[in-house]
Amino acid sequence: MSPSRTTAEHATTTESIVTAGSSRRRGEGRAAARRSQTTGPDRSAGRSRASTIVVTGLLVVVALYFLVPVYWVVVAATKTTGDLFGTFGFWFAPTFALWDNLGQVLTYGDGVFVRWLGNSVLYAGVGALLATYFAAAGGYALAKYEFRGRNAVFGAILGGVLVPGTATALPLFLLFSQMGLANTYWSVLLPSLVSPFGLFLCRIYAQATVDTSLMEAARLDGAGELRIFHTLGLRILTPALVTVFLFQLVGIWNNYFLPLVMLSDVDKFPVTLGLNNWLSQTDRLPEFYQLTTGGVLLSIIPLVIAMVVLQRFWRGGLTEGSVK
Amino acid sequence: MSASSGATRRAPWVLLAPFLALFLLTFLVPIGMALVSSFTKVTRGGLFGEAGVVAEFAGLDNYAQVVGDPNFVASIGRMFLFGIVQVPVMLILCTVLALLLESASAKWPGAFRAAYFLPYGVPGVIATILWSFLYVPGLSPLIDVAEVVGASPDFLGADTVLWSIANIVTWSYTGYNMLIVIAQLKSIPVELYEAAKVDGASPLRVATSIQLPLIRPALLLTAVFSIIGTLQLFAEAQVLQRVAPAIDSQYTPNLSAYTTAFAYNDYNVAAAQSVLIALVAFTLSIVFLTVTNRKSA
Repeated sequence: MSPSRTTAEHATTTESIVTAGSSRRRGEGRAAARRSQTTGPDRSAGRSRASTIVVTGLLVVVALYFLVPVYWVVVAATKTTGDLFGTFGFWFAPTFALWDNLGQVLTYGDGVFVRWLGNSVLYAGVGALLATYFAAAGGYALAKYEFRGRNAVFGAILGGVLVPGTATALPLFLLFSQMGLANTYWSVLLPSLVSPFGLFLCRIYAQATVDTSLMEAARLDGAGELRIFHTLGLRILTPALVTVFLFQLVGIWNNYFLPLVMLSDVDKFPVTLGLNNWLSQTDRLPEFYQLTTGGVLLSIIPLVIAMVVLQRFWRGGLTEGSVK
Repeated sequence: MSASSGATRRAPWVLLAPFLALFLLTFLVPIGMALVSSFTKVTRGGLFGEAGVVAEFAGLDNYAQVVGDPNFVASIGRMFLFGIVQVPVMLILCTVLALLLESASAKWPGAFRAAYFLPYGVPGVIATILWSFLYVPGLSPLIDVAEVVGASPDFLGADTVLWSIANIVTWSYTGYNMLIVIAQLKSIPVELYEAAKVDGASPLRVATSIQLPLIRPALLLTAVFSIIGTLQLFAEAQVLQRVAPAIDSQYTPNLSAYTTAFAYNDYNVAAAQSVLIALVAFTLSIVFLTVTNRKSA
């Protein structure tokens, strides 16, 4: 996982491929000549067209699997409660009740759903922004400074990557109860500000990209250390920061165990907890099915758009640092 | 000069301070508390605890109680079974998808990548709510379709519900893991592909000789996170509980700890369970990394 190790692996693999290639080259060349004699030049194009069809067909089937539940909820949200049970789930019913349903979702219980969405945006947005900043500062410090205790600090944080979030949630609840923080916004926000994995990524990236001689030059110009980090470090780290931010954003948005343990006040729920609360009432009140499906649809629309738009940012950053 | 070198010496600690303070508050202190309370026994005096609460050192009593609880041990065993099947299936699927999307044969790779990655943005709870609608008889169009061909699947039975959960987890995380693999694939130097092309290597040969060895670090990383994730399984089981009677309150280790803490109010035993879950996850990760590292050496 460390950058030096990956580079070494690259190097050895390159070597073995190059050496294997030179010993094989003569035989391969002859085989290629024979192939072109018997079949003519068009065959490889034909084969690649066939393989395009096969591969694309496979990809479509897999895409269906990933999209079916989303498609189902889109269809279900347009139905009345009666139609939800009475008509085929993968197709629309004659009565189109989407706007009714969504109106219900938004207005039920004095607009509690909108409040849940706002809470999720608050927890995830503020949490991810600050967590990224803290992880960047910490990762940069561990990468670019030699100081006593550096390895111990990094080791402890690395251990934190491996500690499951759910393992700390219960004791954290007890701690926050004693501090009077349980069932407050802070109880969900504070744990969301720490991302050991983000710090780990930032450290790798800073090691690979932040030039020590550039920092020296800034020092000679009289810039303070914090200023160097804020003007030089953060700018160079930006690609990694986007990745860390997105990871943390989705992590907090998707978190269920922590708010479930911490919060008892429905008004402070994030949308995950709120929708589950609605679902749990379907046993007694069937109209909650419509609220739940409509709420699920509304809550995943922003995420789906975000995933598609921000997709290219996930690609970069993650292993970029280990390449250079 | 000496003033500036003093500032240089202080700088890393200043930069680290906010992270470390929060790390201390939300990781180290709770872990320490969990450890302490897992070795503590709380007894209440009087019939209703009115005579006060006494906390005393309990040695390994809490751990003995947890390990002696057949339901808890069964839940860990269940997660082993789950992980042995689900993690390899998911990793193979994400690797194959990544290789196909990065191959020259794939059309519209961007659209497919987006479609596969989309479930990662759906929170586990919401994903479970979605799939539970597709599992429940009477609501599920999947069962309707299956009945047309004469099958009557029971997604929520005692033998099948574990795999229904596995399906939700696979649905949620395959695309995410695929992106990690793709990121690693993109980091492979172009010269390697060119060298292989010069040598006339087939796409399959390129995959097995160049791509698979070079994405190994990414796969190991995702495997470790999947192992840890498996032992943490909670939301899926807890939400499905409502429609699947086969899921009891101790179905997964975390569900067990949650039940112990909030239904039985026994925080000490719950702490012991949490510590054990983390220990098992930690040990498995280390064992996995050691074994795979030895194999590569």
